[in-house]
Order: sequence, then C-alpha cells, then structure tokens
Amino acid sequence: MRKFFLFLLLLPACTVTASTVYEYKLDNGMKLLVKQDHRAPVVVSQVWYKVGASYEHSGITGVSHVLEHMMFKGTKNFGPGEFSEVIAANGGRENAFTSRDYTAYFQILEKSRLPVSFEMEADRMRNLLLSEKEFKKEVEVVKEERRTRTEDNPRSLTYEKFNATAFTNSPYQNPTIGWMNDLNNMTLNDLANWYRKWYAPNNATLVVVGDVEPDDVYLLAQEHFGGLPVIEIPELKPRMEAAQTGPRRISVRAPAEVPYLIMGYKTPVLNTASEDWEPYALEVLAGILDSGGSARFSRELVREQQIAVDASVSYSMFDRQANLLMISGTPATGRTVEELEQAIHKQIERLKNEKVAAAELERIKAQVIAGDVYEKDSVFYQAMALGVLETVGLGWQKIDEYVERVKSVTAEQIQQVARKYLVENTMTVAVLEPQKINRKKASGQSAAAQH
Amino acid sequence: MKLKKLLPLVTLVIVVIAVAVFVIQKDREEIMPVQGYGLNIETWQINGTRVMYVYAPELPMVDVRVVFDAGSARDGDKPGLATLTNLMLNRGAGKWNTNQLVERFDSVGAELSKQSLRDMAVISLRSLTEKEWLKVALDTMATILQEPVFDANELEREKNSIYVALKNQQEDPGDIASLAFYKALYGDHPYASPDLGTRESVASITREDLQAFYKKYYVANNAIIAIVGAVDKKQARQIARQLVGPLEGGDKAPLINEVPPLNEAVTIRKQHPSSQTTILVGHPGNYRGDPDYFALYVGNHVLGGSGFGSRIMKEVREKRGLAYSSYSYFSPMRRKGPFLMGLQTRNDQADEALKIVRDTLTMFIQQGPTDDEIKHSKMNITGGFPLKLDSNKDILAYIAMIGFYDLPLDYLKNFNDNVERVTIEQIRDAFQRRIDPNKMVTVMVGDLGDKTPAK
Repeated sequence: MRKFFLFLLLLPACTVTASTVYEYKLDNGMKLLVKQDHRAPVVVSQVWYKVGASYEHSGITGVSHVLEHMMFKGTKNFGPGEFSEVIAANGGRENAFTSRDYTAYFQILEKSRLPVSFEMEADRMRNLLLSEKEFKKEVEVVKEERRTRTEDNPRSLTYEKFNATAFTNSPYQNPTIGWMNDLNNMTLNDLANWYRKWYAPNNATLVVVGDVEPDDVYLLAQEHFGGLPVIEIPELKPRMEAAQTGPRRISVRAPAEVPYLIMGYKTPVLNTASEDWEPYALEVLAGILDSGGSARFSRELVREQQIAVDASVSYSMFDRQANLLMISGTPATGRTVEELEQAIHKQIERLKNEKVAAAELERIKAQVIAGDVYEKDSVFYQAMALGVLETVGLGWQKIDEYVERVKSVTAEQIQQVARKYLVENTMTVAVLEPQKINRKKASGQSAAAQH
Repeated sequence: MKLKKLLPLVTLVIVVIAVAVFVIQKDREEIMPVQGYGLNIETWQINGTRVMYVYAPELPMVDVRVVFDAGSARDGDKPGLATLTNLMLNRGAGKWNTNQLVERFDSVGAELSKQSLRDMAVISLRSLTEKEWLKVALDTMATILQEPVFDANELEREKNSIYVALKNQQEDPGDIASLAFYKALYGDHPYASPDLGTRESVASITREDLQAFYKKYYVANNAIIAIVGAVDKKQARQIARQLVGPLEGGDKAPLINEVPPLNEAVTIRKQHPSSQTTILVGHPGNYRGDPDYFALYVGNHVLGGSGFGSRIMKEVREKRGLAYSSYSYFSPMRRKGPFLMGLQTRNDQADEALKIVRDTLTMFIQQGPTDDEIKHSKMNITGGFPLKLDSNKDILAYIAMIGFYDLPLDYLKNFNDNVERVTIEQIRDAFQRRIDPNKMVTVMVGDLGDKTPAK
C-alpha cells in the first residue's frame, strides 16, 4: 500500500481544487446552491424537488412523472406551453427529469437571462393550473413514452420485471414511469394532491452553476422565490426493504433476438450504510469489474473467455434508499446465458477469495482523479451532482469527499464487502428469453404515393 | 409583464462579436477569433493534415480528435468494412496487444473512443495534461493510429460481437425502420451502406481487407486533427506532429457521387410485434456548405427541429397527445444527408399520425413560417449561441466538423449573422426547391394489422 500512496503524491498538477459552493437559505426554507464556472457566458439553473417515484404508493405509480409533464401546461400567468416558448425565445434550452428520488426542472441560458428562469420557476412552484383537457392529452403522451421506453424494448421490460422481483416492499420495486394500469386509471385529482403536497419552497433546492456572482443570484432568488409560502411537508414513512431470504429467479419472455441477463445483490448506500466506508468499497469493487477496457469483465469475460459481448456493473451509492449492485450482460454468439452467469459467479468468488492487485486499485484511482476533472467540462453535470446529493438528504458537501474516499479504499475492504453483500441469499436473477419475432403479417413495399 | 421586457436582451448580446482576422503567411497559418469571450480557432497544416486548435487553459485536460474520410461511404462492396477497420485500430498496435493498450489508457485515466459514421472515421482521446500521464496517452494513441496490427483472432471476436449487434437491431423497431429508410433513400449510393454491414458481408471481410482499407484511407492527406485544451500552441504542434506526422501521405479520398433524387414516393411497411408503430418520412436533404444551409436550418427549426413549440411537436403531441417524441431534422453530410421526420405512436393511431406529419410538411412547404415563428426561431438560435460552445467537448466537435468539411474558418463567427439574414421567402423557396412531398420515402414498422385501441 505504501507504493500506492507515493504514486499519489507525484501528481500535483492533476488535482483541481474543488471550486467553492455558495450555500444560502431563504426565509421560507428554500435552499440555494451556487457554483461559479466562468469558462463561458452561460448559466444552468435547476430546481430540485424532494419527490419522485419512491415517494409513491401502489395505485398511483407514475404520478410524479405525469405531474412533471403537466408542469409545462401553464399557470394563472402563463398559458400551456408558454414556459417553453419564453425560454426558447430567450435562447434557452429547458426540460425536466423525474427519477425514483427526485423531480428536477432545468434551463440552460446565456447568463443575463437567469431572471426569466427564476420568474417562471417560482410561478409554477405554487400556481400551476391543472386542466382536465391538458391532462387527458398529456397522460396519453406519457403512455406513448412508456410504450417506447419499456413495452417495445425487451431489455427495459426485463429490467422492469427484475426490479419488481428484487424488491418486496421497497418503493424501488415500481417503475418511475408508472405501471400502465396506474396510468390508465390516473386522475387529475391524483396530480392536484401530489402537487399540493410536495411543491413548495421548503421542499426544494435551487442549484445555479455558471458565469454568475453568487450574491447576485441570491438577491434574484430572494426576489422571485422569497415570497412563496411555507407549507407543511408530510412526513415520509420509512419503507425499508424486508430482508431477502433466498435467491430469486425469473424469466421474461418477449419478442427478441438476443438473450440478456440481469443479476442484482442487495447493497447499502451512503444513506443506509452502518459503516460509511462500505459504499465506497462497493464503488471500487464495481470499478474493478467494469471501468474501462482493462477491467476484469472486458478483459476476461469479453476478450479472453469470449463468453460475453458486453458485461457491465452498476452501483449508485447516492440513492435515497438501499438499492442493488447490478450486473448485466449479453452472451457471445454460441454461448448461453447460463454460461455467462456461471462466469460472473466465478468473478464474484474471486473477489471474495483473492485481494485485488495494487495495479488495479491504482487504475481506479487514476480514473477517479481524471473523472473528477472531466466532469467539470459540463456545467450541467456540476449542477446535477449538487442537486442529487442535496435532494437525497446527504448534503452537497459529500461531493468534496468523493475522490479522497474512493482513493482510500483498500484491497481488504473490497474483499470484505464482496463477502458480506455479494451473497446468494440476497441475489435476484432475471433472464430475457427471446421469443421468435413474427414478421409475417402485412409486410410489403409499394411504389405508389399514399396520402 | 416583466418577462417581455427581458426579451430585448437577446439582440444586445449577439452584437458583441468582435471580429478580426489575422493571416500569418508562414506555415499557412490562420487564427480566427470567434467571440468576444476569447475563443480563437487556429489552424495550420502538417504533413498534409489540417490541424484545428483552440487553447482552453481552464481545466488541466486536453481533447484530441483525428478524423479520416473513411466512413461507411467507403465500404465499397463490403458493407461493415469501415466500421470494422475503425473498431480494430486498438485491438493490437505496435508492440502492444489489446490488453496492454487498454491498460495504458486506463492507468492514466485517459479515455479513447472511436466512431464510424457515413463520412467519418473518428478517433478521440481525452486526457489529463499532467506531463507523464499525457505522454502515456499520446504515445498509445499514436501507435494505434500508425501501427494497428489487425490481429486475426481479435478480428474473429469483433465479427462475432457485430453479429450480436446485428441481431439486436432486429428487435428494435427504431433500428429496423432506420435501416429500411436509408436503404430506400440511397439505393445504390454509398450512403446506403449499413454501418454495421450485414451478416454475410461481415463474414466475408478478411484481415487483408482491413489492411488495404487502412492503407488507402488512414493517411495524412485524408485526415484532419482537432485539439482543444490546456496545451499551448507549441505543445499542440508537438501533439499533431506526433499523431499524424508519421502517417503515410497517401491521397485524399475522391469525392463520392452526388445523391440522386428520388423518382417516386416509396412506402415500406414492416410487420413487428410492437405496441407502437415507428414512422419515418424523409427525403434527400442538404450537405455541408450548402448554399441553402441556413434557410433550411432556420426553416426546420420552425417545422420540427426545436422540440416544444415547433409545428410537428405541436400538431402531433401538444394538440393531440399522439406521441412522446416527434421531430424533423436535416443531417447534412459531404453529400446530401437525409431530411427526416419521425415519431412513434400506438399502432391504431399510426395512419392518423402519418397523415398529420405529411399535412404539416405540405403546408409548411407551401406557406413557409409565419412572421412570429421565424422571429422566435431566430431569437432561440442566436440567443442560444453561447450554449453551443460552453464546453471543451462541444468546441472540439465544432472545430473538427469545420476542419473535416472545409467550412470557412469564420463559420461560427458568422453563424448568428447568417441566421439573422434568412427571410421567410428564402425558407419557402428553399423548401419548395429541395423537398418534394410527393416523392418521400415512408417507413412504418409496427403491428400493422392491429387497429384496436390498446390499453
């Protein structure tokens, strides 16, 4: 380990000092985070709400996301679609995204246009008009979105069924876009209730990154958001996943050509870990298997054994609730999903039985140091990182620890988390079993003009 | 309302474009300041390769991109050859095997990526500028560019993974539609060549084919290099010299044929057991450096290129809730790239949605945009200009594109002026000359027999 450390000290030019984040709080409880990036005369503004699919209960799944769509449908002051029109006329780009743990709205603008964004975001935080007419159309749009993303995509479909199997009572069992049944039965009243409950300054964080002066941004935020009333935010009951007591396996049969494997193990996140180094060790473990072409999956499963054409690992320590370390892969031509799963199990056993090599840890460290610099090339990403951490309840300051904490992970710790968490009892496996695609009906080509 | 008062700011900002052109005779060098905020594009030649460079000192990193005129338009009678050659560059090079090559990049946190498009074969590197680390990254990239070995075993493995990717395409209605669209649009033209090839064509490609393709097209006279980052000009010169200097001079690839016009409307319907029908409607569009470029660009922004508020989005989604995504775009290439309109909708609504898209286009061609629409589009495009160049990644993509397509060096500097100059009449005229709504390629992929409303 000593060599590992010396290596680090030889890299003076590579560490960019973390640029300062300015934190403010308005009287109504709304938090404001500002970070300066003067490379271009541009500003990104994001409003983050503590609400998302994991706040929903059965029967209303997808309500956070449908509400996000309806947030573009006007207020007392702006007609449907006018928000987007005004931002566009100001040269801006705007959109929104909903996830399990948050709903966020953003604009990217030339820096002098920031007031436009603040005025309209403040307005739709409390003054949204929910019209039945707009809702009827928009919920159809969301169903089309679901068809594109999930119903007609065999891998997404497998992933959705995988989550529904892996989680017994955690809200992470539900898809963010919602079950089709719930979308079919959603009412305007569901949305109105949801909006009233969660959309308030004291449940929001405003993040601004770009070519700005923090105090000016604060005054502007005060001007537009400062007058919004505090509301009482309901207490979110804990819905901790019940202990898993044995492996779970499902098949998903859908029209497809290529089989696909998803495996997951129950793992803690920073919010839930009893030992706070464990998530970082899991993060590095994921990197040992899958970060760059020289990681074990690419080298061994794809190139040497030629069992997979791709194999990847995902783990997010910044989720609000305990989640999964997930492995997914596609078997190579002539190889089966079973062979791929066996090869993955061997990789996991090796993590438990052997300490990872110093060179592998050094690689991760280099990638983390570099990634920290590369991420600063995007103002949007910088804002996003602050917004996520704040909204899942970790506090944005966690971002400053990330590189050092990852670098301090030891080979022993990786072995420990592998032994503790990558165990059969908490494993879920989903396999996509391709069903022959019937292409017979009605196909054809005509050279006649159709109208 | 307060907002309306803020709008005039749009015009204020774009006026602050200071312009000066220095032409330095030595080494055919030009420096082109683009914006008041100090983005200078510098360019020179080395060994037949054009270098495009922007100094961006703020972050300790550098992006380098080498682009060869060696995309799938060069496949000839072996579809997939260009992609496979590009893919194989870092599967063994010089004295290093694949494992050693990827290790070298990963160990210094560098990221190498490759891309094979219709015109371009792209190799990009992102690295920290820390001296030792950058050296490892550049030495490795130079070896990949100059001494790929095209290892026979690695070739077999890559072919196998392409077979899987080809199968994957056949389960995705969007991919199926796109393949059919390009085939119908381009017929015998080189742009028809599917980038991954076909099962049969890929199987027929040999190591010798790759070597010959590489020898012919991965040459200095057929390349450009773009550099953006915290390297000064002296370092940039060294980087360019190291990466492309030792390449064979070779010949610039001959210009491919013009895209022939469509003689008649073609409609292709493909059955697929999906809940939605993917619809693509298109026509040969425009090319880089096209005299109609700005008229078509601003016109398409109104028609379907700007998301919410554009006509197609309004008619299909905002008014009727028929689709999540609906759009139109021009994808200019060396020759005419496609003009394309697309959406996905529930099977039973497909005919209705298709009619709406066609009617929207026909009406737009006849009438052009309204005063209000063109004004708003111009405000969005020009007011958003700084957003186009707000990261090294974006700057790199622009200067590589400008260099590859020989666009004028003042392309970015004049961009807003060119947009402002476009008139409604020009848009109408350009669309009427360029897009014939009676000779479109239409592709529909979905459960075509399914007319019952889905739940």
